Amino acid sequence: MSIASAMSILPSRKRGKGLVAPPRKKLKTPKIFIFLCLSPWLIGILMFTLYPMVTSFYQSFTKFNLIDAPKWVGLANFHRMFFEDPDFWKALRNTVWISAISIPLRIAFAIFSAWMLTKPKRGKNVYRTIFFLPSMVPAVAATMVFTYIFNPAYGPINRFLEMLGIKEPPFWFLDPKWSKWGLILLGLWGIGDTMIIFLAGLLDVPRTLYEAASLEGASAWQSFRYVTFPMITPVIFFSGVTGVIGSFQYFTQAYVASGQVNDYSHSMYFYATHIYFSAFRAYEMGYASALAWVLLVITLVCTLIILRTQKRWVHYPNGSLFK
Amino acid sequence: MGSLSEWITFQMSTFTAEQREYMRLQSLQAKRKKRWHDFLLMVANHSVLIALSAIFILPLFLVLVISVMGHGQAETRSLWPHPFIWHNYVEVFTAVPFLRWTMNSLFVSLMTTIGTVVSSVPPAYVLSRLRWKGRGVTFIIILSTMMLPGQVTMIPVYIIFSKLHWIPSFLPLIVPSFFSSAFSIFLLRQFFASIPDEISDAARIDGCSEFKLMMQIIVPLAKPAISAIGLFAFLGSWNDFFGPLLYLVENEKLWTLGIGLNAFQGIHHVQKNMMMTASVLFMLPVIIIFFFSQKVFIEGVTLTGVKG
Repeated sequence: MSIASAMSILPSRKRGKGLVAPPRKKLKTPKIFIFLCLSPWLIGILMFTLYPMVTSFYQSFTKFNLIDAPKWVGLANFHRMFFEDPDFWKALRNTVWISAISIPLRIAFAIFSAWMLTKPKRGKNVYRTIFFLPSMVPAVAATMVFTYIFNPAYGPINRFLEMLGIKEPPFWFLDPKWSKWGLILLGLWGIGDTMIIFLAGLLDVPRTLYEAASLEGASAWQSFRYVTFPMITPVIFFSGVTGVIGSFQYFTQAYVASGQVNDYSHSMYFYATHIYFSAFRAYEMGYASALAWVLLVITLVCTLIILRTQKRWVHYPNGSLFK
Repeated sequence: MGSLSEWITFQMSTFTAEQREYMRLQSLQAKRKKRWHDFLLMVANHSVLIALSAIFILPLFLVLVISVMGHGQAETRSLWPHPFIWHNYVEVFTAVPFLRWTMNSLFVSLMTTIGTVVSSVPPAYVLSRLRWKGRGVTFIIILSTMMLPGQVTMIPVYIIFSKLHWIPSFLPLIVPSFFSSAFSIFLLRQFFASIPDEISDAARIDGCSEFKLMMQIIVPLAKPAISAIGLFAFLGSWNDFFGPLLYLVENEKLWTLGIGLNAFQGIHHVQKNMMMTASVLFMLPVIIIFFFSQKVFIEGVTLTGVKG
């Protein structure tokens, strides 16, 4: 077989068209090889994705405490969620509130830091390393550090704020009104990975476009608004979608922070926290499954809305990836 | 045909010497002005960048400072250690079972890394280097599992592991990684697809088996991408909190750094600033890894985001 295929890519003179290669012959690969290679993924998706999805969908219509067999209760879990569970609404409100503020802020801050990184001729790598570093810090350590340094009694941050002339700086994580702002700042501090994606997007913008803009007499702001911004809309779109998906699963930072400061008013109680507490503190597996499926639906709807609007504002130079 | 510069020279020659001198000075002044302007711009840019750097560094700097304060002093509002208690870094190993946590974290992270790399290379290979029916659909399924919130599958998976009597143990954290991760397959596929097809064709013509082609030709070429997924797997596991919270919390001996750092203090009432010392030691390996593998890392992040 190998000789035959070797012959076929030699230039053939028979067709009388000179040195034109014939259409490349397909080399057969054994099906068994493909199957074997895919098998870890296949087993994984069956065991850890497909089977659990079906089971949890079923469980969402049951009452189930891990010990007794699941008992069918119809839509009772969903009824309870929307009409009888104030914690559900509290968690949902908190999650929507923090998403609405932190997703746009994160994107804006990531663009700004990345944009600044494209400016200097020297020292680029040093700045980039410093900007990226915080995103490497483990979430638990970062949260412990933030609750400590933002502590109003002994943390240095409020001391600095007082030195800057702010008379009564907020109590941050200790104050239900300010605790989410502490978490938002923590998120902004670890902006590094989003920033790197934006940086790559900014560096992909052809230089000629900026030159054309400056010949037309565009100001710095105009060249950002009409050249840079449209060119990075795909990245904004991407981080918007991942931001929405991520924020509904926001857990570790909120859990650690509320543990550190005794969050009695549940100001840092988010949707994922509610699922965790329902499942592994109250052992209401059926109710937690119902919560998880509602989470999936919310995430899908949000993603679809962003996908729908993309035609209006996302600019794809080579055509859209999602049609 | 006279070039542009010749034409300009000709035009210039029609000016008088004074006029030429005047024009020379004018252009010199413009150049100086531009240079001054560029200088100001550079100063402005660097000031903004330095200010941003200070913000990013500040929490790390503060935690370093707090970590060497004495217990009494850390409870006050002082900003600078007096005296420096470097002994904190020795004491932390006796105040909390730090060494055990570190070994646990290291074990889980290393096993997860091996599992992810070994089980993600073959699927990524057949998804990018071979043509077969259903390939597109398979890839779309993989992409959509990446979007699936973990909460949806969490409870049944927990029940599987509890029926196997694997809770509490490291197995629920390690075993799933041996069944591929969608994210790693995706990242590897992007890289594999960029290797020219001619390389594979040439090897196949020479009678190289598909397995040998994958292991001996494509894998060595894809070293940057493979080290990137290895790094991501290691860091993901090292930084993971939710997994250990579900599967290890019941047995204190199995605690990893994340769970230990969070839960220990509540039970054993350790000084708060001792926890800062422990936090520094928790971040340290990650930061060291980052400094040694920055390039791999940043290329990996970029690959996930843009070239989709």
